[in-house]
Amino acid sequence: MTDTTTAVPHRVSSPGRPRHRSGPPGEPRNVGWLYALPALLVYAAFLLYPLGRAVQISLYDWNGNTLATWVGLDNYVEVVRDPALRASFGHALVLIGFYAVLPLAVGLVLAAILGRARVRGLGFFRTVVFLPQVVAMVVIAVAWRRMYSPDGGVNDLLRALGLGGLTRGWLGDYTAALPAVGLIGTWFEIGLVTVLLLAGMGKIPGELYEACRLDGAGPVREFFTVTLPALRGEIAVALTLTVIAALRTFDLVYVTTRGGPGTSTSVPSYEVYNRAFQQGRVGSAAAIAVVLTVIIFAISFGITRIAERDR
Amino acid sequence: MRVNRGEATANYVVLVAFAVFALWPVLSVVVAALGPDDAAGASVTGGVLGLHPENFVTAWDQGRFGTYLQTSLLVSSTVVVVSLVLSLLAGYALGTMRFRGATVLFYVFLVGIMMPSEAVLVPLYYDLRALQLTDTIWAIVLPQIAQSVAFGTFWMRAWFRSSSRSIVEAARLDGASTWRILWQVLVPLARPAIVTLTVLVFMWTWNEFLVPLVMVVSESLRTAPLGLAFFQGQYTQGFTLLAAGACIVATPVVVLYLFLQRHFIAGMLEGAVRE
Repeated sequence: MTDTTTAVPHRVSSPGRPRHRSGPPGEPRNVGWLYALPALLVYAAFLLYPLGRAVQISLYDWNGNTLATWVGLDNYVEVVRDPALRASFGHALVLIGFYAVLPLAVGLVLAAILGRARVRGLGFFRTVVFLPQVVAMVVIAVAWRRMYSPDGGVNDLLRALGLGGLTRGWLGDYTAALPAVGLIGTWFEIGLVTVLLLAGMGKIPGELYEACRLDGAGPVREFFTVTLPALRGEIAVALTLTVIAALRTFDLVYVTTRGGPGTSTSVPSYEVYNRAFQQGRVGSAAAIAVVLTVIIFAISFGITRIAERDR
Repeated sequence: MRVNRGEATANYVVLVAFAVFALWPVLSVVVAALGPDDAAGASVTGGVLGLHPENFVTAWDQGRFGTYLQTSLLVSSTVVVVSLVLSLLAGYALGTMRFRGATVLFYVFLVGIMMPSEAVLVPLYYDLRALQLTDTIWAIVLPQIAQSVAFGTFWMRAWFRSSSRSIVEAARLDGASTWRILWQVLVPLARPAIVTLTVLVFMWTWNEFLVPLVMVVSESLRTAPLGLAFFQGQYTQGFTLLAAGACIVATPVVVLYLFLQRHFIAGMLEGAVRE
């Protein structure tokens, strides 16, 4: 970049300004606070302050209307003890498999295949597989509810494949509903992960592959010695995004199953909504929300750290 | 890189298979929306070349999507404009100025990018209710501005930092004020970053479901996705009109995506890559 090369001589030629150091250009300017203030005010009022309030409310038993009673950490104990809540976090874990692990596995295979050769039409492919990312989740949920209905596309496909015995109303089935919701997540995230990995593949120097092939390596060894290590950063980003998306699943469950049948697809976010706004158990809802936030922060930092340490 | 003909063919098979998988649910909705109305029974005949674009008109009227789209447009444009201006100002400060506490401030904004809205919406709803602000446009707009400002500040700061050092110093030597440097020098140069930020914030706001679900009761304040969810609850006789409604809700962002897909993809991928 040219700006660094022009900026450096300028600073060297003006020794009379000792405050010039590395970092952002210019003298220290407290006017910076003035520029940041409007954003900070809105942000603090509508994100930071409510987060603090969530922690506060989580320590009370409160139905949202009458006076709240202090219960200390009871709401958090309930998160650990209540089988229904434990189950909802378990469902979130299953969803991580569908949202993060499965798309990553498929995405890596796709990237490995497509990265080996110049493929025409890759741009069009990218546009198409990324499309689900820009469609409102409610619309996706409406589409998949139809796909999973007894006379929907999934059952049509099964019948066409001669697997008519497997057909069912997928979202109404106690054992099939959670994997069915999870597969919507897989469908949704595959495009994001694949496009991310393909972008990373484009940055791997071709000589690495040439060298690998001269050594007589096959496609599998090539994948493990060149492709996989080079994509470590992209894999970390893909995992962070998809794991958080899995943990935050709300719209999809709300529109497709409302946590049902029974509680077989209830997830933490849905429990937060349900308790805070349907059942009048605001303290408990806040405790779940705080736990969820802590888990999300821990995972974001954790994955980033691991990716950086390995580098 | 060269591969043999067999592998090249296999590549295309894989590409086409995944493209079909990605489009299958989307296209089935479009096809259903254009088919004969399944709730109207066998009485439906004719149509244009076997298609029934009149379904969109029926869905528009029955589902009141006109009102919902209006609300969505108002909410999205307000969130985009306000959060863009605030992000430019804060990103400019954090990206080009040194002041006490700047680093801490940056990390504070960074936390906001990860914060799940579920966590803040519960207290926010009850606090706004106490202020009698729930069921107003403000209750939908303000929380989303806060979320967008967190990402927007992060995004603009990265841009200002990477590309403006010499320009800022040159303008400063010319005696330009910090205010003029921002609006007359940097903003015109930052257009690509601003376009990306605009389309992302527009998409997030347009598609948001939980905030309006929690905050509003009045039908006139329902945004398009919320209206669609309610329409699904009421309209259970068939799928045609629901499919048409789904198309109406998705179309604005999809059209924008088809024209500005580079901005969408770059923003969603690079925005995730933290420093």
